[in-house]
Amino acid sequence: MPQLEQISTYASQIFWLVVVFAVLLGVMLKVALPRVQGILEERQKRIDDDLARAAALRDEAEGVLRAYEQAQADARAEARRLLREQQEAAATEAAARHAALGERLAGDAAAAEARIAEARREALAGIEAAAGEVAQAMTARLIGVEVDAAEAAAAAAGTGRAGA
Amino acid sequence: MAEGSSPLEQFVIQRWVPAEIGGVDVSFTNSAAFMVAAVVLASALMILSVRQRAMVPNRWQLLAELSYSFIAKMLSDTVGKEGRPYFPFVFTLFMFVLFGNFLGMLPYSFTFTSHLAVTFTLAAFIFIAVTLIAIFKHGMKFFSFFLPHGVPIAMAPLLIPIEIISYLSRPISLSVRLFANMLAGHTLLKVFAGFVPALGVAGILPLAFVSALTGLEIVIAFLQAYVFAILTCLYINDALHLH
Repeated sequence: MPQLEQISTYASQIFWLVVVFAVLLGVMLKVALPRVQGILEERQKRIDDDLARAAALRDEAEGVLRAYEQAQADARAEARRLLREQQEAAATEAAARHAALGERLAGDAAAAEARIAEARREALAGIEAAAGEVAQAMTARLIGVEVDAAEAAAAAAGTGRAGA
Repeated sequence: MAEGSSPLEQFVIQRWVPAEIGGVDVSFTNSAAFMVAAVVLASALMILSVRQRAMVPNRWQLLAELSYSFIAKMLSDTVGKEGRPYFPFVFTLFMFVLFGNFLGMLPYSFTFTSHLAVTFTLAAFIFIAVTLIAIFKHGMKFFSFFLPHGVPIAMAPLLIPIEIISYLSRPISLSVRLFANMLAGHTLLKVFAGFVPALGVAGILPLAFVSALTGLEIVIAFLQAYVFAILTCLYINDALHLH
């Protein structure tokens, strides 16, 4: 087996191993690893920054949404309040008008009743006068007696009352 | 490199550029060449792919980022936050072993992680470093590591030697696991690949087996790099937190 037979090559193998390994260690330590580390850190930082910005934007959007919902709730409450006020005002006014109309109608009805009573009284008086005249004219035609108008009227009224 | 008849031929180290420092042979070999290739490719993956610094990564950048995150997560899962200073080392270790294993999967290539000298050097370095970290951090309390909490004192004479042996065998198990996996896998591939021309038309059977085995070896290449790295993480965790 050359590994155990070529003992004379051990020194050369170890020498080159040390030299070459030291070179590789130096290259990795000073050049390669810092670069890769830099890239990885930069990327991680970029990702973290992006995530932080996304979180900030989300918070902002949530704030806007909250403000919008608040404004909407306020507007709705205001609308309800206005509606209620209007309803109350309308109800009050309606009640007032209803009362005023009722009064006016009652007044009109009373006036109308008074007018009816007057008309009835006048009509009754007219009937009595006409009955007197009729009675006077009838007595004159039938029995030829000229009856006094007042007497005829009183008789007609008495007859009217008696006949009634 | 693998033209030889023996399945072990592929593991032979060839001196490409002979060199010597103070009497010690430091020749540039095929093993060294593949180590350099692993370093170049691992560096290229980790540096060139992230040049655009794209916010949305392309495939190569994603691969580099995933490698980073994979090891970072492994370390934080096993050690926690205190493991952070050791991340560059664990990451380098993982990439080095992973690319060594993967490069070994190329036909005619050489697998430097199949050599005990390499894996044991890595394991011994990890073992010594972890032990020093533990002693530096906990002082004499480190030796309480060898007597688990809640153990009757009568058991101590038995348990302490066992714990010490198990601790000392860590670099051996760590290095032999990787070395043996690579050695066995590549040898098996080579043996069955040798049957293909030998059996003629019936060679389709070993060919199918070799194809399937290649898939398995690619998984093992990744898995052994992962195991090597996560065991290192566990040793670091032991050093930092004892039990």
